[in-house]
Amino acid sequence: MKKLRRTMMFVPGNNPGMIQNAGIYGADAVIFDLEDSVAVTEKDAARRLVYNALKTIKYPSEVAIRINHISTPFGYADLETVLAAKPDIIRLPKAESAEEMREIDAIITKAEEKYGFPPGSIKMMAAIETAKGLLNAAAIAAASPRMTAIAIGGEDFVADLKTARSRDGKELFVARSHILLAARAAGIDAIDTVFADVNDEEGFIAETMLIKEMGFDGKSVVNPRQIRIVHKLFTPSAAEIDHARRVLAAYQEALAKKSGVISLAGKMIDGPIVTRAERTLAYAEAVGAK
Amino acid sequence: MTTITKTGQAGTLESSDILITVAPAAAGTGIQIELTSPVKKQYGEQIEAVIREVLAKAGVADATVNANDRGALDYAIRARAETALARALA
Repeated sequence: MKKLRRTMMFVPGNNPGMIQNAGIYGADAVIFDLEDSVAVTEKDAARRLVYNALKTIKYPSEVAIRINHISTPFGYADLETVLAAKPDIIRLPKAESAEEMREIDAIITKAEEKYGFPPGSIKMMAAIETAKGLLNAAAIAAASPRMTAIAIGGEDFVADLKTARSRDGKELFVARSHILLAARAAGIDAIDTVFADVNDEEGFIAETMLIKEMGFDGKSVVNPRQIRIVHKLFTPSAAEIDHARRVLAAYQEALAKKSGVISLAGKMIDGPIVTRAERTLAYAEAVGAK
Repeated sequence: MTTITKTGQAGTLESSDILITVAPAAAGTGIQIELTSPVKKQYGEQIEAVIREVLAKAGVADATVNANDRGALDYAIRARAETALARALA
């Protein structure tokens, strides 16, 4: 089973208290942010703080760094500083083309050579936050072997669409579907946007269920309180695990009997259903569900 | 050797942070650090050592440093000292 990315928690990159505690909440990944949560006058301070944190603190999760876009005065300097600390993932915000990803790829390749890191060990992910980026999502997702995930940045995206986020998220439906297709076609993870109202637990649960059912691998979170909820919703239920086990047992039995048609409780079982059952059990094992 | 010609400051007074100001000093005066910290008694020397290490690594022999600590860990002290110095040298 590959690495889980049910939750990717944003941590403001210029806040020492939050940075040093980021690993204790159980998120599958933390994202140290050098972009929107850092004032323009503090970009230099944030990148040095994140660099020193990564050099000093051992995080139990994957560590990503959201750099500033390379079209801003800060993006290249962010890369130059933080790559030396070998983050697991560089996340580019407001990605709009495969060329941008390849440019960052080339910078990472040079840094890996310079610091003696294994080639390809630093991955990349892109956040789609504009209509232009969405229309190029497939190319962005497949831009480099370093690409490991593609995410949607909902707030910026709906602003670009000239609308606002609704509670049921209908304005994001096409974008989410498109990003999921791009991720699956490229064989990488699809990560949903943040849900900003940390006090609206009901809305958060509804949105998390929606994106799970759509097929997303995980969700960006902004508050540690949201982690437990996402992990619970992404954990297969006892009934789902039981069903998956029975599907596989029926499949094994049919294989043993050299029977062409398999059925379980009157329902036909074929390839995709077996694949799904195997995925459910692998996932359950990865999250320790029984 | 690196000579500081202007003041540079970095950090905040938030909990777990440290506000560090690096200012020019006359040649031969060395590194003078004025530290305020709730844990000065236990960790004062360690905090100063981190700041001195950052300055020494950059080849700075003379500087006046004011550090207002709010319980920062070494990584944050180092980061703030590096940024304050970079700003002083920018």
